Amino acid sequence: MPTIIIPTPLRKFTNNIAKLQVNGGTIEESLQLLSTDFPEIKKHLFDDQGQIRTFVNIFVGDDDIRDLQNEKTILQNESFVSIVPAIAGGIVF
Amino acid sequence: MSYKDINFSKEELARYNRHIIIPEFGIEAQKKLKAAKVLMVGCGGLGSPALLYLAAAGIGEIGIMDFDVVDDSNLHRQVLFGREDVGVPKVEAAKRRLASLNPHINIKTYNLQLTSKNALEIIKNYDAVADGTDNFPTRYLVNDACVLLGKPNIYASVFQFEGQVSVFNFTNRNGELGPNYRDLYPTPPPPGLVPNCAEGGVLGVLPGIIGSLQACETIKVITGVGEPLSGRLFTFDALSFESRTFNIKRRPNNALNGSSPSITALIDYEQFCGVKISSLPIKEITATEFYNLQISGEKFQLIDVREADEYEKVNIEGELMPLATITTNAEKIRKDIKVVIHCKMGGRSAKAIRELEEKYGFTNLYNLKGGIFAFIDDVQPQLNKY
Repeated sequence: MPTIIIPTPLRKFTNNIAKLQVNGGTIEESLQLLSTDFPEIKKHLFDDQGQIRTFVNIFVGDDDIRDLQNEKTILQNESFVSIVPAIAGGIVF
Repeated sequence: MSYKDINFSKEELARYNRHIIIPEFGIEAQKKLKAAKVLMVGCGGLGSPALLYLAAAGIGEIGIMDFDVVDDSNLHRQVLFGREDVGVPKVEAAKRRLASLNPHINIKTYNLQLTSKNALEIIKNYDAVADGTDNFPTRYLVNDACVLLGKPNIYASVFQFEGQVSVFNFTNRNGELGPNYRDLYPTPPPPGLVPNCAEGGVLGVLPGIIGSLQACETIKVITGVGEPLSGRLFTFDALSFESRTFNIKRRPNNALNGSSPSITALIDYEQFCGVKISSLPIKEITATEFYNLQISGEKFQLIDVREADEYEKVNIEGELMPLATITTNAEKIRKDIKVVIHCKMGGRSAKAIRELEEKYGFTNLYNLKGGIFAFIDDVQPQLNKY
């Protein structure tokens, strides 16, 4: 099964689990399954229209899904999916 | 001046010897460092190690920008500062430390906030910018200003146990321009959606690691030695000790320099990031005006937001409420009379006032300008500064 790597800021929505195996054939399916298992993470990944948020990047291996097939990118069993949100550090707002 | 015209004194040659003897580096790269001007935006967790290494490496001119003062809670990660710097503007304390580290470089300080009004004017004087800021509005501002001016932006960011590094807006040897922050993240998260460090904290040593990488990339960008981290995003997770380097590319829909740019000048970044703008300036009272208030017979409350050990050294009989405790003490602060708040030099008291105004709606708070030091200078010179 593909492995999803959860970044620090979102781990509080996955019971502090950093790596999860999700049985999805594409990015879309995997992130939907992730959101089903951990409903609170959903709004951090998708906007109201169901699009992946513009301040969250998804990489398969080393490559941005925008350079692959976006949400339709096909995952292999050995694929690593990284969620990389914008972080600013320090005191924000 | 071309870097080729740079000369070194005997002391400098001895100091930089371990650079110069690296075959790929040599005297030429060292000359490029001395000829270079680098601006560090933000002098905190990332700026501390980055500035130490940039100064030690012999960057000829370093600009340091920050409008904050050193606070006790900074010291677990901001290794540029010591206990004696608490209450001192960060740029001042940084300059003092770096000047003692390397007397052969010039250091220019900007004790101010980078804004859309001053960014282009300041950044245009530098060859490269290192972004060590702590908020999204300034990140986008630094990015956009660098793109508009054609300057490389060495980016670093930390959160809790995780750090990111990249080199943005870098033109390589073949004249190809690399991506910038807006290619990576077209828009910022709305406030509150991504937790911030004030909520989440940061492992003190992490900005040390990430800020050092930022200094390394800055040196590579300046000297042309090696392959800068352009077109790549490095991430490091200290908990699992896993690092990844992702490929990132320019995007045609980049609002700044994509195929049909919609941004051609700096914008209002607080609005862009949906941040509430603190509209009202903090009210101030000078030491002399405060003295006049004291002798006028008018009722007022005086609050001292310094730490207890500072209070013991010298005080002017204010009620002690250290900055970190100010909100828990809010009930003790009067709303019906004038309240003067002071610290050592005016930085912490300004923070206290902003917090009390925003959280509790105070409208009667005055910051003692220049803090207890100004009061000692102007009113009670018999007291001792510490």
